[in-house]
Amino acid sequence: MSIFIDENTKVVYQGLTGSQGRYYGRLNRDYGTQVVAGTNPKKAGTDVDGIPIFATVANAVEATGANVSCVFIPAAGVRRAVLEAAEGGVELIVVITEGVPVHDEAYFYNKLKADYPGVRLLGPNCPGLISPGKANIGITAGHIAKEGGPVGIVSRSGTLTYQALYELKQNDIGCTTCVGIGGDPVPGTSFTDCLAAFEEDPETEAVMMIGEIGGSAEEEAAEFIAANVSKPVVAYIAGLTAPPGKKMGHAGAIVSGGKGTAQAKMAALAAAGVRIGQSPSEAGDIMAEVVAAL
Amino acid sequence: MDLFEYQGKQFFASYDMPVSPGEAVTTVEDAVAAAERLGTPVMVKAQVHTGGRGKAGGVKFAADIDAVRTHATNILGLDIRGHIVENLWIEKASDIAEEYYVSFTLDRSAKKHLGMLSAEGGVEIETVAEENPDAISKIWVDPTEGLTESRCRQWVLAANLNPDVTDQAVELLLKLYEAYTDGDADLVEINPLIVTPEGRVHVLDAKVTLDGNAGFRHDLAPFDATQPRDEREAAAHAKGLQYVGLEGSVGVIANGAGLAMSTVDVVNQVGGRPANFLDIGGGANADVMAGALEVINNDADVQSIFINIFGGITRGEEVANGIIEAMNRVDISSPIVIRLDGTNADEGRALLEPHLSDRLMMEPTMLEAAQKVVALAEGTGS
Repeated sequence: MSIFIDENTKVVYQGLTGSQGRYYGRLNRDYGTQVVAGTNPKKAGTDVDGIPIFATVANAVEATGANVSCVFIPAAGVRRAVLEAAEGGVELIVVITEGVPVHDEAYFYNKLKADYPGVRLLGPNCPGLISPGKANIGITAGHIAKEGGPVGIVSRSGTLTYQALYELKQNDIGCTTCVGIGGDPVPGTSFTDCLAAFEEDPETEAVMMIGEIGGSAEEEAAEFIAANVSKPVVAYIAGLTAPPGKKMGHAGAIVSGGKGTAQAKMAALAAAGVRIGQSPSEAGDIMAEVVAAL
Repeated sequence: MDLFEYQGKQFFASYDMPVSPGEAVTTVEDAVAAAERLGTPVMVKAQVHTGGRGKAGGVKFAADIDAVRTHATNILGLDIRGHIVENLWIEKASDIAEEYYVSFTLDRSAKKHLGMLSAEGGVEIETVAEENPDAISKIWVDPTEGLTESRCRQWVLAANLNPDVTDQAVELLLKLYEAYTDGDADLVEINPLIVTPEGRVHVLDAKVTLDGNAGFRHDLAPFDATQPRDEREAAAHAKGLQYVGLEGSVGVIANGAGLAMSTVDVVNQVGGRPANFLDIGGGANADVMAGALEVINNDADVQSIFINIFGGITRGEEVANGIIEAMNRVDISSPIVIRLDGTNADEGRALLEPHLSDRLMMEPTMLEAAQKVVALAEGTGS
C-alpha cells in the first residue's frame, strides 16, 4: 500500500498551461499518474497534450473525478488557488510553488482546517509526493525510486529526498510513498502527519525522516514517535553547522534565538529511539541495516 | 528582511501609530542640523541590524547641540557586534513613566500568530521569559479570525498595564496587529512601548522584519537596499542566488537547500571550513553555474571549490555540460572537486572525464569529495 495517493488517484493541475506546470504535468503523466485535467479560466475548453483544461477546479472535479490538485500557480496566486481547490472538492492539495508569503500560508492552513477539515494540504514549497509504480505528483524524478516497500520517506528537503530514494534503490530497497513536506514555515502536512500514516500502512515497515534546522517540527515528531510509532525510524538532519540568524535557502531553515538547532533536533529524535545518520549516505546505510534486520 | 529602527518607525507611522519625530542621517553635520530642526534634547541612536546597541554605547541622550556633535562623532563608525554604524537616527527625546514590551510573530508550532505583551519592558524579553514568565501575557490569533477588539482588551487587562492607559493600549495594539498582517511582517516588536508622564502611550523603539516573499504586494526596494550584506552576498543577491557568506576557505556550490546545508556540514565534519552556503536550485544549468562560480571566485579567502550536485529531473549530462561551459566562461583561480550523482551520473562523469586535471577533480562520494577539497584548501591535496 501507499499513503495519501495510489494508482487510482486522479490529478488536476492548477497551472498546467504554464511552462512549469506543463513540463511536470507531462512528466507525471509519462510516469503513469492519472493526470486528468488542468485549470485556467481563460483557456477552458482547450487542452494541453490531450489533457482537458477547465475554468475551475470544481468544473474539473465534476467532469473527471479528480481527487487531488497539484498547484504550479505563481506565488501571488497560491492563496486563491488553494481555496479554490478546497472548495472544488479535492481531497489533497499539493503546492509546489515556492516563495509564498508566510501570512498567506498561515491563512490558508487555518482556513482549510476550519472549513475543509477533510482536505489535506502538502507544501507549499515542496517537491510533491510519489508512490513508486503507482503515482508521482510534483517534481520528483520518478525513475530514481524503486517501487514496493518497505520504507516510507518523509522529508523537508527536495534534493536530499532524491538522494534518499536513489540510495535505497541502489541497495535494492523499495519505497511505499515518499512525501516531500517542503521547507516553508507553515507546512500543510507535518512529519507527524506522515509518521501517523506510515504507522497505519501495513506495507511500510520502516521510516526515513529527513529534517533540517528551524522550527520545532522534528522535536514534535520525536514526541510522536516515542508515544505512537512502533516501526523503526532513521533520521538525518541538515544544517548542523549553519550559522544562527541566517535563512539557509529555505524560508523555514533558520536558527533564531538559539532555537531550531540541528543538535537539539538530533538529541530529541535519538531520545525517542530514532537512529541518526551523520550524513545522508550514513542514514542510507543505517536504513539498509534496518531493512536487512526486518 | 530586517528593518532599521527608523524604517520600522516609519512603517508603524504609516499605520497611524504614535512615534517620535526624527531624522535619519549619515554624518555628524547632518546629525547636528537635524537636532537643530527637532529641538534638543534628542536621542542619538545607532542604526544597526543587531541588538545590544545601548550596552555598546550606540544610544545616547543629548541635552544640547554640543552633546549631539560629541555623540554622533563617537557613534558613527562604532563596531557593534561586528556591525559598523553608518546610519544614525536623531529623535526628539521622550520622558518615560513606564516601559512595556509588545510583539507579534508567527508561532510555527501552533501555526497561529502569537502576541506577547508585558508590563516589564525595556529589558530583553528573553530575560523576562526566564526570570518571570508570568509577567508575559500571550495571545494566539487565528489568521482567519484576526484580532478582535474584545480579545485585545482581555489581553491588555491580563498584562496588568497601568489601567489608565487600557483604551490607548488596545487601540495601539490593534494597529500593531494590522501593521503586522497587512504589512506581511515576520516580526513586529516594540521594546519599550512607553507611557509618558502625561499618560500617553508611545512607540519608543521598533524592531520589524518583513517577509521578502511578499514583494509582489509591497515596495520592499528601500529596505532591500539597506540589508547588511558583505560584498560576496551583495554580488550573489544581484544574481538571484541563494547565498550565505561564511568565514572559511572552501567554496561550496550545491543544488537544493538541503544538500547545500548538508555539504557545509560535511566540509566541517572532515575538519575544513566552508567559505559559503550556495544553493543553485534544481536546474544546475551553465548560466547559473557560471554565476555561482563567479561569486565564489571573487572571494579572496577561497582556496578550493566543492561542487556537489545530485541530479533528479536534471540529468547528469546536463549538469556536466553546465560545469564545462561555465569553466570556459569564468577564469577560476582555485581547484575544483566535483561530486556528481543521481540521474545519469555515469554519463555526466564520462563527459567530465577528459577535462579532469589537478584543477578539476572528481570524487565518487560526498565524503571523499569533502576530504579532497579540504586537503586542497589546506595545501596538502596534490
